[in-house]
Amino acid sequence: MSTHSPVTQSSCPALEAFVARAAGQGATLLENGLPTRRVEAWRYTSLRPIADTAWQAADVLSPEVVSALLARLALPETGARAVYGNGGFLHEHSSLPESFSPDAQSLSPLNGIFSATLNAALGEKGLDIRVPVGEDAGLLTLVSVSGGQNVSTHLQHRIVLEDGATLTLYDVNVGDGRYITNPRFDIVVGKNATLRHVKVQRESLSATHLAIISADVAEKGEYDSFTLNYGANLARHEAVVTLGAPHAMAHVNGVQIIDGQRLNDLTSMIHHAAPDGSSRQTVKTVLSDAGQGVFQGKILVDRVAQKTDGYQMNQALLLSEQAQINSKPELEIYADDVKCSHGATVGALDDEQLFYLRSRGIPETEAREILVRAFLIDALDLVADEVLRELLLRSMTS
Amino acid sequence: MSDFLKIQGLQARIDADGTPKDILKGLDLEVPKGEVHVIMGPNGSGKSTLSYVLAGRDDYEVTGGSATFKGQDLLALEPEERAALGLFLAFQSPVELPGVNNANFLRTAVNAVRRARGEAELDAVAFLKAVRAETKHLSMSDDMLKRAVNVGFSGGEKKRNEVLQMRLLQPSFAILDETDSGLDIDALRIVAEGVNSLRSPDFSALVITHHQRLLDYIVPDRVHVMAHGRIIHSGGPDIAKTLEKQGYTQFLEAAA
Repeated sequence: MSTHSPVTQSSCPALEAFVARAAGQGATLLENGLPTRRVEAWRYTSLRPIADTAWQAADVLSPEVVSALLARLALPETGARAVYGNGGFLHEHSSLPESFSPDAQSLSPLNGIFSATLNAALGEKGLDIRVPVGEDAGLLTLVSVSGGQNVSTHLQHRIVLEDGATLTLYDVNVGDGRYITNPRFDIVVGKNATLRHVKVQRESLSATHLAIISADVAEKGEYDSFTLNYGANLARHEAVVTLGAPHAMAHVNGVQIIDGQRLNDLTSMIHHAAPDGSSRQTVKTVLSDAGQGVFQGKILVDRVAQKTDGYQMNQALLLSEQAQINSKPELEIYADDVKCSHGATVGALDDEQLFYLRSRGIPETEAREILVRAFLIDALDLVADEVLRELLLRSMTS
Repeated sequence: MSDFLKIQGLQARIDADGTPKDILKGLDLEVPKGEVHVIMGPNGSGKSTLSYVLAGRDDYEVTGGSATFKGQDLLALEPEERAALGLFLAFQSPVELPGVNNANFLRTAVNAVRRARGEAELDAVAFLKAVRAETKHLSMSDDMLKRAVNVGFSGGEKKRNEVLQMRLLQPSFAILDETDSGLDIDALRIVAEGVNSLRSPDFSALVITHHQRLLDYIVPDRVHVMAHGRIIHSGGPDIAKTLEKQGYTQFLEAAA
C-alpha cells in the first residue's frame, strides 16, 4: 500500500511489543506498523488509544474471574458451547461434539487488513469446525471472556460448512480490564449451506476489540450475520464476504450503541464475484454523550457478477450534540445489469414523537427509550432465531 | 370546585423561521367541572396552539398569562405530569410511531398514568381485557393493536385510536383538536359516542371544531368563538348554528 504511513517502531511501544512477541514470519507481517488515520481504511478510527502500550501475552484467567464473567451473561440453554478465557480453551466450561475441535490451524493474513495481519502474526488456536455435508449442527455458542491489564489475545477460528450444512453461531465477547481482543474468523460456506452468525460485543469499557471475519460463500450458500457493537473503548468489527459462486447470499447487519467517549466501528466489504448473488445490509447506530460511530460499507460488484441484487441501509440516531457518526457507503460496480441500492440517514429523536408519548403520561426517559428501541427494532428483527433475538434485546437493555 | 380549568390572559408565541410570531394574545377561558365546551373559529385563530400549550408542547413560548387546572399551575408541569393530573389531548394529526407496537404503547401509557396516580398497574391479561372491550365499542379491529402506532392507519382509524387512548387513560379533562375533521358520518358518530360516554360530573371537555355537524352528536354546555388569539364571543349551543349559517363575520366585526 503506497498510502500506508507507518508509525515508526521507535515511537510505538505497542508495535515493538507485538513484533517481539511475533514468531518468525509474524515480525515481517507487522513491519508496516500500526496504520495511522492517513490510511484510508482507518481514517475515522484512530488506533492511537493502543499505540502507547506494550501489550503482553495474557495470563490464564483464574476460575473465579471466568465464573464471574460468565455469570453476567444470559446464554442459550441448548446447543454446543465453547468457552475461551484470555485466548485459552476452557474445557470445564465447554461442551463440544467430538467433531468440533478447539484447536484451529493457523490462518493466513488477509492482505492489507491490519486486524488480520496482527492476528496472523500473534495467532492463538481457536475453534476448528467442519459441519459435514447436509448436516444441521444446530446452535453453537462461542464465548470469549477476557481480563487483565495491557494484555492482548488473538484467537483464530475456522468454520467450514460443507454443502447443505447449517449452523447457528452465537458469538459472545465480554471481559474486565484493559486488554485487546483480536479474533479472526475464517469461514467457508458450502453450496446450499447456511451459517447464521450472531455476535455480541460487550467488551470492557477500557478494552479494544478488533475482529476480522472473512467468509467465502459458495453457490446458493448463505452467510447471515448480525453484530451488536455495544462495548469496548475502541471496537472495529470488520467483515469481508466473498460471494464467489452464483446465487450466493450475504447479510451483514448490525446495531451499534455508543456512549461515553467510546468509538465503535462496523466495516464491511461485500464482494460480488459471481452472477445472481444478493446481499442485504442494515446497520443502525445510536450515539449519546461524546460517542463516536463509524460505518464503512463497501459493495464491490465484479464485471462477471451480472444480476447482482445489493441493498445497503445505514442509519444513525444522535442523542447528543457531542456525538459523532462517520458513515461511508461505497458502491463499486463493474457489471452493467445489477440492482444495487443504498441509503444513509443521520438524525435526532423526533420532537413530535417524543411529545406524543409524553402527552400520554409516559415519562421523558421512558419515552426516549421507546423511540430508541423503535429505531433499532427493524435491524434486530433481521435476526431469524427468536431465542437469540430475545437474548440480544436483553443485552441491549442491560 | 369552580376552578377546574381556568385560563387568564394567556399569551404564547412560536418561533417562525427565526422571528417570533405571537399566536395567543390574551386568551381568557374557563371550563367548569362536568361541562363540555366547544371552540370554533377561523383557520389561524390559534385553536391548535391553545391545545398544544395546554398539553405542554415546548416549541411554544408562553409570554404571559396563566393556566391552572385543578388549582395547579398547568404551565409549570411536564407533559407527562399534565397527563397524570387528568389532562388529555386528542391530536388533530396523530403522530406515527414506526417500530412501536400499538398495544405495547397503550399499555405503557395506561400503566405510566396509573403509576403516577398511585393506582396498581394492569398486568397483560387485565390490560388486554380492558382494551378489547374498548376496541369493540369503537368498532376497531384487533389488527390495529398489532400494528405500529398510527402507521398505515387511515384518517378515521387514527382518530379512533385517539379516542381509544382517551377512554383507556380516563382523563378528567379532554381536549379534542378537530377530532371530527376528515371523518365520515359513521366514524363521527363513534367519536362523539366516545366523548358522550365519558360525560359525567367529573369529566370536562374542550372540543375544537370547524363544523356544526359534530354538535349534532355532542351537545355542548357552551360555545366559544376564537379569533386572532382570543375568545371573542361566548354563548350557548345555538351560537354554532348562527356560525354555520352566517360565518364568523358578525362576531369578528362585533369584536373589532
